[in-house]
Amino acid sequence: MNKATFYGAGFPYRDFGKLSGKLIVLEGTDGVGRSTQVKKLRRWLEEEGYAVSDTGLTRSELTASGLEAAKNGHTLGPITMSLFYAADFADRLENQIIPALQAGFVVLSDRYFYSVVARDSLRGINRVWSKQLYGMALKPDLILYMKASVPSLVTRLIHGRGLNYWESGMDLHIADNFYDSFVQYQGLILEQFDIMSEEYNFMTINADQDPDTIFEDLKKPILDLLYNRLTKGNKPK
Amino acid sequence: MLRKNDTKGKLIVVEGIDGSGKSTQIDLLYKWLLSAGYSAYFSEWNSSALVKSTTKAAKKAQSFTPTTFSILHCTDFADRWENSIYPLLKAGVIVLADRYAFTAFARDVARGVDPDWVRSMYSFAIMPDAALYFRVPLDVAVGRITGARASLKYYEAGMDLGLSENINESFELFQGKILNEYDKMVDEFGLTMIDGTKSVKDQQKKVRAIIKKILVGFEGLPNPNKTPISVTNIQAKKSKKGGSK
Repeated sequence: MNKATFYGAGFPYRDFGKLSGKLIVLEGTDGVGRSTQVKKLRRWLEEEGYAVSDTGLTRSELTASGLEAAKNGHTLGPITMSLFYAADFADRLENQIIPALQAGFVVLSDRYFYSVVARDSLRGINRVWSKQLYGMALKPDLILYMKASVPSLVTRLIHGRGLNYWESGMDLHIADNFYDSFVQYQGLILEQFDIMSEEYNFMTINADQDPDTIFEDLKKPILDLLYNRLTKGNKPK
Repeated sequence: MLRKNDTKGKLIVVEGIDGSGKSTQIDLLYKWLLSAGYSAYFSEWNSSALVKSTTKAAKKAQSFTPTTFSILHCTDFADRWENSIYPLLKAGVIVLADRYAFTAFARDVARGVDPDWVRSMYSFAIMPDAALYFRVPLDVAVGRITGARASLKYYEAGMDLGLSENINESFELFQGKILNEYDKMVDEFGLTMIDGTKSVKDQQKKVRAIIKKILVGFEGLPNPNKTPISVTNIQAKKSKKGGSK
């Protein structure tokens, strides 16, 4: 049982009491295979008998339509875009994540605010401002950072869903084609993650490996977390 | 918390609780500035078209929490800031705002968000050259609103705070909390207090005297045809571009 702890003031008008669940975050750049791993982890945890809830960025009903419209029209400035994401994040945190944690769920979050801060800071957003804004964020129990090199991201994406406009950072106008832009942009994003890795205490998982090995590497720290602090009974396999 | 004005323009804002008469005053000021030949632009709280669809839906569903309410109002402000207010200030326009960051500092804190958190969220904005706070006693303001309007809206009455089951009572309690926050900001930000119980004409005289002082030596952007400025989001009208999913 943990008292909810936040990076800053949190939600001072509400007392969430004890959170008996665990918040596990999977972070990493586009194409690193996060959603595949979230699916596998969910199935595994459920087999082990845990109630699991998963969540991702921009899945809040509050802002989904606005964000989609903005993406299609490219009309929002960087601060506006950043705040839209923050509203979405806060909505999910208050209305989905924290209630699930109160009910004892293991919450798997496909990305958290770190991804947003990484992309925002490449668009001229002040990092100190972002950090203060996300003072409402709950501190996760575990942040698993799936770190892959740019060449392996390129390989995975080109053989998968392909390179797209946003994931290539084309809006930054750093190159005239998706490939060069992707390589430069994801390199910059990796630098941002490296900075935050220390700041927020990420646990780095080598995501250049094959998916099954990555899965095994992700399971270990989760087992430690759940076995040591949540269950007193049998250690799950 | 708010940056210094680093632009060629001038920023004038009016603040106060509902029913304080600030909108009447800024409208008169706006017309006066235009007739005097200045380039002036008027911006209203909660009016960005892009954010409006979101806030409208959430208001209808009553699905705001104090935090999402606060962030989405800042999103609305940011959209106006990035698309019109800041670029126009840079160009040397006098920008008039009916409600500004102080509205958020008063309302959102009255709703229970952290005062420092909401102040830092608005820290991309500048401190106005004139921040006019129209102060009226609570009963006067409440009388003006409940007398003039058919019904109060859920969030405007602060019904989400659960202060009272009765909407009129909730409104009064909520406005009282907001008034309290405004009063605290007079010293914190150096707001200029204007007695909102005086006649419209007397108040306007005072407002113009304050603004005249601010405009001494100010040239700004020429306004050869003495016309108001309207900003349309040109990008919003463009068809889909790029390969977003």
